[in-house]
Amino acid sequence: MTTMSSAGPVPRLVEQFELGLDAPICLTWELTYACNLSCVHCLSSSGKRDPRELTTRQCKDVIDELERMQVFYVNIGGGEPTVRSDFWELVDYATEHHVGVKFSTNGVRIDEAVAAKLAASDYVDVQISLDGATAEVNDAVRGEGTFATAMTAMENLQAAGFEGFKISVVCTRHNIDQLDAFQAIADRFGAQLRLTRLRPSGRGADVWDELHPTADQQRQLYTWLVAHGEQVLTGDSFFHLAGFGDPLPGLNLCGAGRVVCLIDPVGDVYACPFTIHDEFLAGNVRDAGFATVWRTSDLFLGLREPQSGGACESCSAWDTCRGGCMAAKFFTGMPLDGPDPECVKGHGETALATVDPTAAPRPSGDHSKGVRTTGTRIPVTIRARPDRSCDESPLAGLDRSATPTPVGAL
Amino acid sequence: MRPEPFGALLYHFGTRKLSFLKNTKIVEVVNSLDAHPDVRSACRAAGIDDAGEAPYLHALSVLVQSNMLVRQDGEDAKEEA
Repeated sequence: MTTMSSAGPVPRLVEQFELGLDAPICLTWELTYACNLSCVHCLSSSGKRDPRELTTRQCKDVIDELERMQVFYVNIGGGEPTVRSDFWELVDYATEHHVGVKFSTNGVRIDEAVAAKLAASDYVDVQISLDGATAEVNDAVRGEGTFATAMTAMENLQAAGFEGFKISVVCTRHNIDQLDAFQAIADRFGAQLRLTRLRPSGRGADVWDELHPTADQQRQLYTWLVAHGEQVLTGDSFFHLAGFGDPLPGLNLCGAGRVVCLIDPVGDVYACPFTIHDEFLAGNVRDAGFATVWRTSDLFLGLREPQSGGACESCSAWDTCRGGCMAAKFFTGMPLDGPDPECVKGHGETALATVDPTAAPRPSGDHSKGVRTTGTRIPVTIRARPDRSCDESPLAGLDRSATPTPVGAL
Repeated sequence: MRPEPFGALLYHFGTRKLSFLKNTKIVEVVNSLDAHPDVRSACRAAGIDDAGEAPYLHALSVLVQSNMLVRQDGEDAKEEA
């Protein structure tokens, strides 16, 4: 939610934001690719932990840097961030260093004790993911039993007195008719509803065709959002709907690389959470630090230049829609200077029909369960048995020079 | 408050609201409020006269409404929180 305090004629704020800021307003930080679930539309293709994920120390270094840059808060996600054993340590470290935390969770770890701890902190906000207002609709996307898990987490938060936590819904063809029901759930728990757009990112690329809202549903969604105004959060994700009429509340701006970005579990910095692809990789926090990547990467500097909207620039909705979502275009194989695949003027559908769907770029990484995460596996021969803590020798683990070094550690 | 080329960004950790100060003059006024007995004298010190003060007073009132600006003298318990 934003407030504008203006005095005198100034250039539009959005135009200034398009030129980028010295530090992001907020950023998404995915702490792990590990997840207890396998949602069909997962934007980061999460499932298995990546062995290269940032260590606790490296995460704290990032937090120190965010504090120096005066980044107000981070949206922590994953994967399921709470399965990291140092999750609460990192949350405490961030808030002690004046970096607010909002984290997204499926609720699996939000028991009564955790809910009480969360309710006691001013600096931590929680977002429970729920993609259906009924178990039937939710579990079809998020997995069996996940509706019940989320409801239990919300009951625990409410019982602990946590007011105004968020319920985060990815809008799909199957839940657009449930918007009032979602609002009723939010009202019941004293929570706030957050609706975001389904992108063809991560595993979402495989289900986008079947799950993205129909043209009629987009209008339905827009009308609902207008009627509910600022009480519903959208993460600014529906600015492509502005073509229906008045812009929705919010900045109505693609903030990728300009006011937002993503740090992924291994420290890679991408333009936004929906663009995990080499094309949108700006750098890694382990190399020169986050501030350097944010301020000097060629990718981000390029995104802060005036962008060409191609034919869209002559459209009546251009001022607010700005050609829509970069990730939605990219992963459906459409040109970035053309219409959004869900363009409300219908230009997306026309353009989509001319695109070869098999030629659309695939996400760069896949951490889904049952999928290899590190490309080709190289066969190795282990010539020394690994040391174990129960080894009898007091020199276990110390006398490496005396034994052959294992080749190609797994 | 975080300085920016266009003015400043403000974030309230309690309300989780983000606000923008859209020019450097209003930033100057907000930063100098501590040193003045009231808003008008802060505006005068920043070179804002009677004719020009309306938008600044409005901007400050928006900040008060959203709890971004609170009194220091404890006159109003709600604002002090």
